[in-house]
Amino acid sequence: MADCGEPDGPGNKDDITRSKNEGKELTKEEKQRLRKQKKHQKKQKERKNEKGPSETEKDKTPVSLLPPPQPVATQKAPSALPAPASAPIPVPASAPFHSSPAPSPADKPAKSKAELKAERRARQETDRAAKQPGSSSSGIKTKVPLSELNPVVKRLPEHVQVDDPAVVKRLAKKLERQQIPLRSDYGYKVSLFSHLHQYSRKAPLTQLLSIPSTVIHPSIVRLGLQYSQGIVAGSNARSVALLHAFKQVIRDYTTPPNEELSRDLVNKLKPYISFLNQCRPLSASMGNAIKYIKKEISNIPSQCKEEEAKTKLLTCIDRYIEEKIVLAAKAISKYAIEKISDGDVILVYGYSSLVNNILCEAFEKSRKFRVIVVDSRPRLEGREALRRLVQRGISCTYVLISALSYILPEVSKVFLGAHALLANGYVMSRVGTSQIALVARTYNVPVLVCCETYKFCERVQTDSFVSNELDDPDDLMVTRKGKTQLENWQDVSSLGLLNLVYDVTPPDFVDLVITDLGMIPCTSVPVVLRVKNLDQ
Amino acid sequence: MPGADKETDLTERIEAFLADLKRGGSGTGPLRGSGEMARETTYLLRRITAQARWSSAGDLMEIIRNEGRRMTAAQPSETTVGNMVRRVLKIIREEYARSRGSSEETEQQESLHKLLTAGELSEETFREHFVHLKANVIEAINELLTELDGTTDNIAMQALEHIHSNEVIMTVGRSRTVEAFLKDAARKRKFHVIVAECAPFCQGHEMATGLSKVGIETTVIADAAIFAVMSRVNKVIIGTQTVLANGGLRAVNGTHSVALAARHHSTPLIICAPMFKLSPQVFTTCSLSLNDVNSCFPVLKILSKVNVHCPVFDYVPPELITLFISNIGGNAPSYIYRLMSELYHPEDHKL
Repeated sequence: MADCGEPDGPGNKDDITRSKNEGKELTKEEKQRLRKQKKHQKKQKERKNEKGPSETEKDKTPVSLLPPPQPVATQKAPSALPAPASAPIPVPASAPFHSSPAPSPADKPAKSKAELKAERRARQETDRAAKQPGSSSSGIKTKVPLSELNPVVKRLPEHVQVDDPAVVKRLAKKLERQQIPLRSDYGYKVSLFSHLHQYSRKAPLTQLLSIPSTVIHPSIVRLGLQYSQGIVAGSNARSVALLHAFKQVIRDYTTPPNEELSRDLVNKLKPYISFLNQCRPLSASMGNAIKYIKKEISNIPSQCKEEEAKTKLLTCIDRYIEEKIVLAAKAISKYAIEKISDGDVILVYGYSSLVNNILCEAFEKSRKFRVIVVDSRPRLEGREALRRLVQRGISCTYVLISALSYILPEVSKVFLGAHALLANGYVMSRVGTSQIALVARTYNVPVLVCCETYKFCERVQTDSFVSNELDDPDDLMVTRKGKTQLENWQDVSSLGLLNLVYDVTPPDFVDLVITDLGMIPCTSVPVVLRVKNLDQ
Repeated sequence: MPGADKETDLTERIEAFLADLKRGGSGTGPLRGSGEMARETTYLLRRITAQARWSSAGDLMEIIRNEGRRMTAAQPSETTVGNMVRRVLKIIREEYARSRGSSEETEQQESLHKLLTAGELSEETFREHFVHLKANVIEAINELLTELDGTTDNIAMQALEHIHSNEVIMTVGRSRTVEAFLKDAARKRKFHVIVAECAPFCQGHEMATGLSKVGIETTVIADAAIFAVMSRVNKVIIGTQTVLANGGLRAVNGTHSVALAARHHSTPLIICAPMFKLSPQVFTTCSLSLNDVNSCFPVLKILSKVNVHCPVFDYVPPELITLFISNIGGNAPSYIYRLMSELYHPEDHKL
């Protein structure tokens, strides 16, 4: 679901050709390591630009080592793993970073043996991968020089290809390289969703980590655990928590010698992002935030001092949060309050921080309205919304989603939050939103979706199956009158539980989208995206 | 004195039945299926016919009508009770007419004719005494009981005509009729069933375990996911509490959303309902009692400051329904009014 949350392998360093010209004294080991990392990085860049390729020549590094911060414990990964990571979606704007030079040297004569070995292995990998079916686009490496081609077909994120064993294997290897444990799927998966992961909350990823974790920063570990246990939930909350954790990472970061902050920090972040993705698939808002951070980091000029660079990054992040989330919320409230009149009966679904904000502000501006909170199993997030609204003194009614047809004749407006807005105008939101929009349309009640622009996403989707998140199936079990009907559902082979997290609402059910840029119809989302891209 | 004993015995049974009805609760769980309720009512009515003192059909009808009124007052949401009372009244009328010798055709004339000749026919007083009326009525009630016993099987027998292989069928909550229907089809065909759990009581879970035990591929989903998965569903088959005279339904909470989602995706909506569920009443809503609300939402500490609504039934208009499958075969919703006129006499619509 994230656009650019997936990391490449470690080592997004320079072209070897450029670095060959610079000489410096390094130990043989370090030189070898650096060489390999550079090769790997070069191959990564070429893979990103492969979408109009003519050649399929391979140039893989056989072994990619861990990022530099642990020079003492240089663990040459024991197995000669082929480098390629799972497919990241290439970001056109990020292509420029790779062209900046770096002072990493390599000694020409000393590497002949190792280089030959590397090339031999690379050729073997070429042949093996060429025979592999199904992973067509991601298996081919090209030698197309760095160009600013915008790839027409983006590579599929790994988390929607769980049914492809090659992709799963590749992910496992990448995670092993980054020293992040692989989370295993849980329970019987409904056949319609066999291409998605399904994890159990009782088996968090952090159980498989050693303490203290040397690879992952502790605030990231904590964040991952909070995500996977549902302590931090909701797209705004998750993005803000992510950005704060990254701020901590940046504060604790020190550039290792002979490295550039702009490149090294991005590499440091990649395993963290993998880890968070394993804890819980990244949301669209998190993906956009990560893209922004990576861009900011890479744009740090090389002559900037470390302290200065760090403060600059921290202020960038703060500004992002302030602009895109806090101020956007204020702007959206301002627009939305115009739409709330006295005597309104407003229906909200689940807990959306933005919608709650709007209602509280409207109440403070002395609008007279009452709220109906619709809730659904198994998450029952509506209770949180209810609690907060009642605290403010707003009169509320609470129903479950099955009572929707009963309660809708009383409703004058429906306010919904969104997790992401897709480029074809579909609204991706908590499961049940589309049902509410459908029934509201039948009763001719206007449906207003509130969404900040940083959640706009370039994906397109028409149904809730292709890309979704499967939550822990055990949540559906319930004990009524002392009996839990589905207690041993695992033992029954033909019984499956499906706990979907998101669904997509078609644009014809939505009357208006309120964003910080104004009030737009659902179909204008690609216009906004284009405007944003031009700005950046 | 055997006569008096019988009387007291009868009154006792009626009182016990009424108390049962009052306690039964409205849709809080399948304490008693409608089929069972219908059968119990009919047994009781047969007993009344046999044991109560009456001399003419009019007396009997009066007695039954009174008891019927009390029964429906005890539990208004349980419509099968009223339906059975009306069936028995219709039986009495028919038997009376047959004993009297007037052909049955006059009774079943076109309703339009009846409208024009309304004044004359309603002069029936049912005052004549016929010796064999009691026996005939009891025999007819026995036939009714046999029909009731066989309804589920009759419906289940039609399953193979409606389900093809590799279908994905959606159902909501728990219905014994639908369960039997699907199990019958599963003997010969392989298909998938998606069960919506139907909060807050989650009867769908029981349905799912029942179906998966016979090897049907079942998936349980939350109510919120109904629209999300509807695009992959081939048919929606549900049961109902009552079929209304216009062809609409009074079904468990959440059915209307399912019907709307099915219409949006042009998925056929099939209702499996036996004929005894057909009721001439209008739709009345019904809510859970406070105790049940508290048991469902235990964590809601601010209940005092909040209105909580827990409706039990939904109204589904006939335009959203594709087909009714009942023990007498399949029918379109537009034909239901005609079936109803065959089952009940118009004067009995209001007890």
